[in-house]
Amino acid sequence: MPKTTPQRPKGKRIQLMATCLCDAFYDDVAAATVEILEHLGCEIDFPEAQTCCGQPAFNGGDWAASRKVVRHAVKTFAGENPVVVPSGSCAAMMYHGAVLEFEKEPDLASVKQLGHRTWEVCDYIVNGLGISTWSGRFDAKIAFHRSCHLRGSGSTDAVYKLLRSIESVELVEFDEFEQCCGFGGTFSVTFPYISKSMGELKLNHLRAAKPDIIVSADMSCLMHLGGLANKQNQPIKSMHVVQILRDALKNSGGLAK
Amino acid sequence: MKYQQIDQYAAKISDEKRTAVYGGSKAGYDSRKKALFTHYTAPDDLRRLAGNIKQHTIENLDTYLPQVEAKLQANGAKVHWAEDSHEACQHVLEIMRARNATKIVKAKTMVSEEIGLAHYLEKEGIECLETDLGEFIVQIAHDQPSHIVKPIIHKNRREIAKLFEENGLGDYNDDPETITRRARQYLRHKYLEADVGLTGANFVSAESGRLVVVTNEGNSRFSLAATKVHIALVGIEKIVPKDRDLAILLNLLARSGTGQQLTVYTEFISGPRSATQPDGPEEMHVIFVDNGRTEVLASDCREILRCIRCGACLNVCPVYRQASGHAYRSVYPGPVGAVLSPLLAGKKFPELADLPKASSLCGACNEVCPVNIPIPDLLLRLRDRGKREHSEAAAAAAPPLGGFALGATLPIAWKSALALGGLINFVPRALLPRAVKSWIDARGLPPWRGGQFRKWMKQRKMK
Repeated sequence: MPKTTPQRPKGKRIQLMATCLCDAFYDDVAAATVEILEHLGCEIDFPEAQTCCGQPAFNGGDWAASRKVVRHAVKTFAGENPVVVPSGSCAAMMYHGAVLEFEKEPDLASVKQLGHRTWEVCDYIVNGLGISTWSGRFDAKIAFHRSCHLRGSGSTDAVYKLLRSIESVELVEFDEFEQCCGFGGTFSVTFPYISKSMGELKLNHLRAAKPDIIVSADMSCLMHLGGLANKQNQPIKSMHVVQILRDALKNSGGLAK
Repeated sequence: MKYQQIDQYAAKISDEKRTAVYGGSKAGYDSRKKALFTHYTAPDDLRRLAGNIKQHTIENLDTYLPQVEAKLQANGAKVHWAEDSHEACQHVLEIMRARNATKIVKAKTMVSEEIGLAHYLEKEGIECLETDLGEFIVQIAHDQPSHIVKPIIHKNRREIAKLFEENGLGDYNDDPETITRRARQYLRHKYLEADVGLTGANFVSAESGRLVVVTNEGNSRFSLAATKVHIALVGIEKIVPKDRDLAILLNLLARSGTGQQLTVYTEFISGPRSATQPDGPEEMHVIFVDNGRTEVLASDCREILRCIRCGACLNVCPVYRQASGHAYRSVYPGPVGAVLSPLLAGKKFPELADLPKASSLCGACNEVCPVNIPIPDLLLRLRDRGKREHSEAAAAAAPPLGGFALGATLPIAWKSALALGGLINFVPRALLPRAVKSWIDARGLPPWRGGQFRKWMKQRKMK
């Protein structure tokens, strides 16, 4: 279970970790993160040398390779400022996974230092900046898929707080909320049958709730679920939480369209 | 190998079996949740406390094992130590031979499965009968248990009714009560014929030497009432420091395992029959089994020895639900088994090193564990070990990540890859790496937008 540390650095000068998925596929999610954080008065640094958090190799069992990537991240995100990332999974990699694989390494302290100031974006907004309501309006029935890396972190409550405070958002419940969507990184390609079965089960539960949009704090889950839905010829509409937050502001004139 | 063995197994099981396993485990999860959250306001605090008690115990076994041995001896029990399966089986056989015993009735114990006791005794000409209903069904079906608490979770009642008919236990009838009654009738006189009753122990108190055995069928109580010799097979990690620790552990075990406040039968066994007791075994033997546990204790996965075998992690696990317990090729299935089985395999670790990969690392197992074992962390540590020990089973279908990692440490290489990534749309399918194909077969890919955010960000900064 991921653990976040209390009293993490909360300053408004932050470093953005965009994630490799946003770098390759979901640029609008990274852009929405920038827009809402700037709206909240944050000053954003984007270290150009950033690549990946190291999680694929970490989960795949290649810790030696993963540690190289983490060391690169430590170098890239040097300093004292908070690192904010639009992914519960990459955040947990920094504050939990990386620390685990560096337990016996001489540079554990620097890895811990990075983990200590890394925030999932909703967690940062609510528990870092102390914001508990979101202005704006978004007309939709939303099913929130709580990605597994949010377990045990401050993010789940943070997402709910933000979404519930948006005018006209209706959150719908669905069966087996606690169950994983079946993505799991390399798991999705080494266990294709089980991964697909898990995903289809999740899709069935989500569809039964008849949401307009499926929302998550991790694009990896949505990429997996969306891809499965496309293969079924029953596409789903999905968005990252930050896109909802940004569009809510835009809908009410809080942000320029 | 094309894909991981557990995935291949899951793809082949019958719909009937999948439905039985999925339904049974989902029901187990739901009843656990109800039992824990309606009775306690902060069950997570209890899980952490129970975890601390067990962690403390396993880290101080060098103190508690001699203490429990002395207490058991003072209570009149004989204590034996078994380093491995063979020694444990031998102890049972020797105890039986010394009394010219030929028949043994067994309650459900995971450690007896682990050491292959029934098989061993049968080869030595001993009649060994399972008395737990589920295990009895497994025995007459020549099957394997597939769940720690519900060994026949993979069977539905129609299969069981047919099995009973084939084994001369009455005409076809799939009413669960009838099935249970018939098994009870058959087993009843077997207790009376048996020389030895064998049980496990869910807990042993170092303070008092009390053995605690929980069942829902009363079969262990029958066997202790009818036989002259009681043998308890106990893994060395089953110790608890004090009797009072049983309060929290028994509460959590029943709630986590079966959604009960307490199991129907909870026996506290303090020794063989005393002079003032009308019946009960004349002899009591406790065999403490190591069988690889001290090695686990010395490893960085020792937290798994906290496990109290409730099966909650199996019930909640999405992989277990799809694959069934038999997919794990070992006595302990599910998340706990994916950690424990390869560890207990000793030198054969690489053969089972694929088990820790059978997880999306979703963490649900950790959330429900009554002793708060960080199962995902342990799975990850074992994945790293599997890689370092070059396990072929673990490597099956795994995309090579060294190259990816190398690219991820070189920002220029990374940016070039982002620029070129769109090419994936034009490469013939046959030339794609298997991992990419495996992904695309089931899901397709979203449009490639490599580098777009970086451009947007630069333009924004320039404004």
